[in-house]
Amino acid sequence: MKSIKNKVAIVGIGLSGFSKDCKKTELRMACEAIKDALDDAGLTPRDIDGMIKQTDDSADEHAITSAMGMPNLTFYGETRWAGAPCGMVMQAATGVAAGACHTAVIYRAVNGGSGLRSTPSMRSSGQLSTADLLHWAFHSPFGLMTEQGAVAMLAERYMYEYDIKKDQFGPITVTCRQNGAKNPNSAYFKKPITMKDYKESKMVTDPLRALDCYEKFDAAAAFIVTTPERAKYLNHPPVMILGAAQGSVPETENMCGYYRDDVTGLPEMAVMGKRLFKMAGVKPKDIKFAQLDDAYTPLVPMQLEALGFCKKGKGVNFCGDGKKIKAGGRLPVNTAGGSLGEGHIHGMNHVIEAVHQIRGTATLQVKNAKIGLVATGAGGPAGGLILGR
Amino acid sequence: MTVNYNKNEMIPAPVVDPDSKAFWDAVQNQELVFQKCGDCGRLRHPPRPVCPKCRSLNIEWEPSSGKGTIYSKTIYRKSPHPGMKAPFTVVLVELDEGLKLISNMVDIKNDDIKIGMQVEVVFDNLTDDLNLPKFRKVD
Repeated sequence: MKSIKNKVAIVGIGLSGFSKDCKKTELRMACEAIKDALDDAGLTPRDIDGMIKQTDDSADEHAITSAMGMPNLTFYGETRWAGAPCGMVMQAATGVAAGACHTAVIYRAVNGGSGLRSTPSMRSSGQLSTADLLHWAFHSPFGLMTEQGAVAMLAERYMYEYDIKKDQFGPITVTCRQNGAKNPNSAYFKKPITMKDYKESKMVTDPLRALDCYEKFDAAAAFIVTTPERAKYLNHPPVMILGAAQGSVPETENMCGYYRDDVTGLPEMAVMGKRLFKMAGVKPKDIKFAQLDDAYTPLVPMQLEALGFCKKGKGVNFCGDGKKIKAGGRLPVNTAGGSLGEGHIHGMNHVIEAVHQIRGTATLQVKNAKIGLVATGAGGPAGGLILGR
Repeated sequence: MTVNYNKNEMIPAPVVDPDSKAFWDAVQNQELVFQKCGDCGRLRHPPRPVCPKCRSLNIEWEPSSGKGTIYSKTIYRKSPHPGMKAPFTVVLVELDEGLKLISNMVDIKNDDIKIGMQVEVVFDNLTDDLNLPKFRKVD
């Protein structure tokens, strides 16, 4: 099978800080992140001829081209849900590899903290998409109205099936916060937590505590992808896309794939991972670090299982007390903090940290970080990247 | 009731579309029904226009046994909606015919709801034109 392996490089990244109220429009935030990514790469808006956005974002591609003065955009598109960061990179990369564009920007800008957003669950037509309709028809009448509740339902069954005890998800959030405490861009810089803090954290939706769940922020991020040939003339050594895939299977829903036999298996992550590893030609043991979707702690062990880093039901054991997943461990996870320890921008910062690790510019630099994995969209439509030098 | 409603506020009613209308019409008549493929007989929930097994567009509606077990649950410590008072429990019920349904329990304390508990459907009459299918423990 032909693939995009080694045909596209990530050459620029831009990431805002994490604010509870940045007092900027999402359009302005998107432009700032894109400007940072262009500057990082050594490119200008004229160089951009491709663009992929997240469907829910209010800052649409045409507003960006106007605001930034991009006269050459000839390829654009969008994708949705939490798998989007890796999925957007994949789609942009597909455009570059196919010759539909030469240099593409991927961005997200979300005022999640201040809530100054457009209607995220509505299509532009004003109609509910079918996935949202399932929510409003069969979940919300019973009070299941939040992601915390939806994921708690998966977590409770996961604990039941694999004999996971209370507070065993704690080391995941503690590890992310300890990583983030060393990251000057993190909302939690110099604010590590311990298991004591975790155990004192209030229950939100049993079995999830507040510290099992991400907080909302205003934040934005952007990446630039281009051909390896152009990458040679830019500011940084190229970060090559070795594998990229999305994943959706029957009964994939946003955090609530309840209508299948095994609700804790993340089969969309598994199908994505299978394609991802095959394309890259590597195995989980070859991966030097992983940036995983940590919007909710139970999703981390479920991802480790679905991606083949450990056997089914052994993800919590793998995370253990945090030894294997912290910097210097067998598989350092979310080395800049991720959603729980740096801030939540829907996995965009996970891609950025992977680029830093491959470049060798990470705050918590993993030794010999020549190949790493990013997964976004656990518990829903999935996306993944394997990046390397 | 494990969900105490605030009757002064709107209660979150289901959004019904043509694919799910028969399900909710039956619920208003105090019946729990599921979609059944008109050709191969496969049951499915939530309602969808096509049979994922044989791709048939022919749809029948089959009465449910109404009996099942608690498959999973969560307790909302803070209410996500002004019409519902916290704490309350949301349950995922696995019916004997193998389908799963999100619901609530009645006549039981939040802490007494356990995975594996046997339950049967009841209809919670919330307003003149809104019933919701809920479950109670079977001894």
